[in-house]
Amino acid sequence: MLNALLAGFLVSIACGIIGTFIVLRGLAFIGDALAHGVLPGIALALLLGFPGILGATVGALVMIGGISLITRRTRLSSDTAIGLLFVGMLALGVVIVSRSNSFSGDLVRVLFGEILGITPSALLIQSAATLIIIVTVIVCARPFLMLCFSPEQAQVAGFSASLYHNIMLALVALTVITSFQTVGTLLVFGMLLAPAGAGALIARRVRSMMIWAAVFGSLSVYFGLLVSYHFNLAAGASIVLVATLIFFLVFFLRSRPLSTFGSPHLG
Amino acid sequence: MRPESPLPDNNSSKCVIAHNLDIGYQGEIIVPQVNFGLTCGESLALVGINGSGKTTMLKTIVGLLPPIKGEITVLGNPPGKNPHQLAYLSQFHDSGFILPLRVKDVVQMGRFTEKGLFGRMTQIDEEIITTSMHRMGIEDLRDAPLRMLSGGQQQRVYMAQVLARQADLIVLDEPTSSLDASGRELFSHIMDEERQRGAMIVIATHDIQLAAECNQAMLLAREVVAVGPGEEILTPEALLKTFGIVLLYQGEDKGVGIVEREHGHN
Repeated sequence: MLNALLAGFLVSIACGIIGTFIVLRGLAFIGDALAHGVLPGIALALLLGFPGILGATVGALVMIGGISLITRRTRLSSDTAIGLLFVGMLALGVVIVSRSNSFSGDLVRVLFGEILGITPSALLIQSAATLIIIVTVIVCARPFLMLCFSPEQAQVAGFSASLYHNIMLALVALTVITSFQTVGTLLVFGMLLAPAGAGALIARRVRSMMIWAAVFGSLSVYFGLLVSYHFNLAAGASIVLVATLIFFLVFFLRSRPLSTFGSPHLG
Repeated sequence: MRPESPLPDNNSSKCVIAHNLDIGYQGEIIVPQVNFGLTCGESLALVGINGSGKTTMLKTIVGLLPPIKGEITVLGNPPGKNPHQLAYLSQFHDSGFILPLRVKDVVQMGRFTEKGLFGRMTQIDEEIITTSMHRMGIEDLRDAPLRMLSGGQQQRVYMAQVLARQADLIVLDEPTSSLDASGRELFSHIMDEERQRGAMIVIATHDIQLAAECNQAMLLAREVVAVGPGEEILTPEALLKTFGIVLLYQGEDKGVGIVEREHGHN
């Protein structure tokens, strides 16, 4: 249980930081696509006896490579490219999984994670990933902020928009890949969006939004595990459910003062 | 059609020169054969309706769009090679409403190019940031969240960020679109100050009055209708070709009047 909590907190920190950029830059769709795009990779790796995380990495690379190939070679929007690959990869994952009968349990594990059965090595990987994310975001703080503000502005200011966009995507992929063992590919997306979304409602600065998101995520993990333990519910799904509830709680508590706050006393 | 002032020396690192320049997107020419020269302390206004090529021109100057043909030299280099000397304000800030930023955070971004990834903000940077906010009249809003400001106030914040860059070349896309009368007046005053310290300014605008305040104007309608000193080229004929209606510039005190409407132009 201690390992589960630790892993959950690490996921919350990673998802809080990366989720903040996903929310601020409107990358939700690509985050979602990545979260599902890794499925065939994981399924194939498990089928062939490789570690799932390796398969997830390959899946994420194929996904990002495919999206950039389609958007560069055609005039289709990235939405179309993402949607297409998203559905294709998900279908491929299910097809691979359906090849083996003994796999249905594995599928549930991949989709919803197995936070209660987290291994020390998975915990180590999660720690490393969270550390990499924190360090990279500190190093790239200024270009990332400018990207959120305006990619063109970042480019003109001498921070290559495509370079830092790709670094950001790589961090999203890293978060998704490492978090799938804990909350699962289906639910990692909830952990990316719900806490950061709640943070966006109350934060006045990007840094505080990340901190709020990490705190909301950690609370979700704690109470999610508590609820799942006492009522014998699926742990990963309980965590994301609590995260979503927290979002709506913040939303309703916040919506009242916002209506007076937002009035044009400054405008 | 040529600017009255002699064309700046091609080697000068303090000028913008375009020679037989074709600009556009993805190989498609939007404005062919652009020629102009701009040197220290000069301003150029790009005037035209939406889709006339103003923004394309600005994006080519700052290096966001590659030129299709011809030559353009910006501050002694091809476009985009001098981020430290350049300030650019684009037309849209779609994320401005959701980004959790205070006014000061936005203005501070104007120092990022100078500071790079790790450079610490010094006392001097703080002073530049404060002075920039003061000049745009927003120092009282220093800690206010960006998303609670009016459109005009946000535009002043973005302008303060531009000033904080202390750039040699300032490129602005419709910088006065949300400003009220006092904001508009302040803007003219600030542009004068920037020119006096030697900065070059390029502005895309619908505002003929603003164009007349610049040293040079370029009328665009998917072609260069005219380029040169405002009082010479802001003629009814040229404006008819640019806008499809006749506007008459009646001198600084009388402003601009719409004299006659014509049916569209080709």
